[in-house]
Amino acid sequence: MSDEVDEDAVLDAFGVLGEPVRRGLYHVVAAAPGEVSRDAAAEVAGVSRALAAFHLDKLVEAGLLEVTFRRLSGRSGPGAGRPAKLYRRARREHTLSLPPRSYDTAGRLLAETLERAGLDRELQAVARERGAARTSDDPVGTLRAQGYAPSPDADDELIRLRNCPFHALAEEYPALVCGMNLALIEGLVGADGEWTAEMAPGPDRCCVALRRRPESA
Amino acid sequence: MTGFHLAQVNVGHIVGPLDGPELAGFVAELPRINRLADESPGFIWRMVDEDGADATAVRPDDADELLLVNCSVWESLEALRDYVYRSDHLTVLAKRREWFVRPGEPHLAMWWVPAGHRPSVAEAMERLALLRRHGPGPRAFTFRDPHPAPSQGFHKEPS
Repeated sequence: MSDEVDEDAVLDAFGVLGEPVRRGLYHVVAAAPGEVSRDAAAEVAGVSRALAAFHLDKLVEAGLLEVTFRRLSGRSGPGAGRPAKLYRRARREHTLSLPPRSYDTAGRLLAETLERAGLDRELQAVARERGAARTSDDPVGTLRAQGYAPSPDADDELIRLRNCPFHALAEEYPALVCGMNLALIEGLVGADGEWTAEMAPGPDRCCVALRRRPESA
Repeated sequence: MTGFHLAQVNVGHIVGPLDGPELAGFVAELPRINRLADESPGFIWRMVDEDGADATAVRPDDADELLLVNCSVWESLEALRDYVYRSDHLTVLAKRREWFVRPGEPHLAMWWVPAGHRPSVAEAMERLALLRRHGPGPRAFTFRDPHPAPSQGFHKEPS
């Protein structure tokens, strides 16, 4: 693993997003709960399929989207048709700070120190306090603005958070960082708000989910 | 599928006696979290005491009433990782400092065992001692510095 930032490479990737249609398509794919077909992306973005295909592939070349192939019909074997090309947000992180800043390095040092010192509860207390300081009538909107990508289920009873803002740190220090994140969100949703926070770890998403608080009698 | 499975041991100093108020939350979580382990993909075996429910009566150090041990066998490191860090087990892990004293030295070790082998407490503690003495290696390693399972041609490791 290298800590060196190839500023030009990152700038190239971000430069690709300068084109408005392309940026629109990127947002469509990034916001979708699953993989998105070219046709679906074209429809949501309101552009032709050919134009969508062109721009989606530019986003793939730039490393901002990833491609998978899957048969959408559920059939297989001869006659099932060609597998569809599907797009999703690339897992690779692109970070650019001008002037250069290394908050991730600082974050890792601080996390290692807290881990060694066993300061989980102190960290959770601060996180809960900071979360509570940002509490509002719309905690889900706050989480959306902070990049958690909240995604309610069909009954609007459970909200999964499709993106973990602390992903790399959470992989390295799961108990510490996920405990911090849970406390942060508990503080944010409040002790008597519409939602409660709970641990609900899963692949490629935040370890916390929101559940609608049962109506109190 | 290799002929080897992953064994893990971890020890922890509880902050008070198991039947005291400090540990009540931990004791209450145990049945649920052990059932979750038993039902997890890749789970093979976990050490239990004479009661048969969990290992909380096992004391790896006779002189230390507050040192608990936990030992289990899994199909792979990924299976263990998915249970420890990517299941509801994370809920109790995030509360570890309410119940366990901060460890001053490595408290978790992993090693490969021939399929079917069930580690003893002595064997598990020896692996932990190896890790503490020499750092991670093929005979005792950690999540952060894992070592691959021995290849099929592997016979018996030198003792």
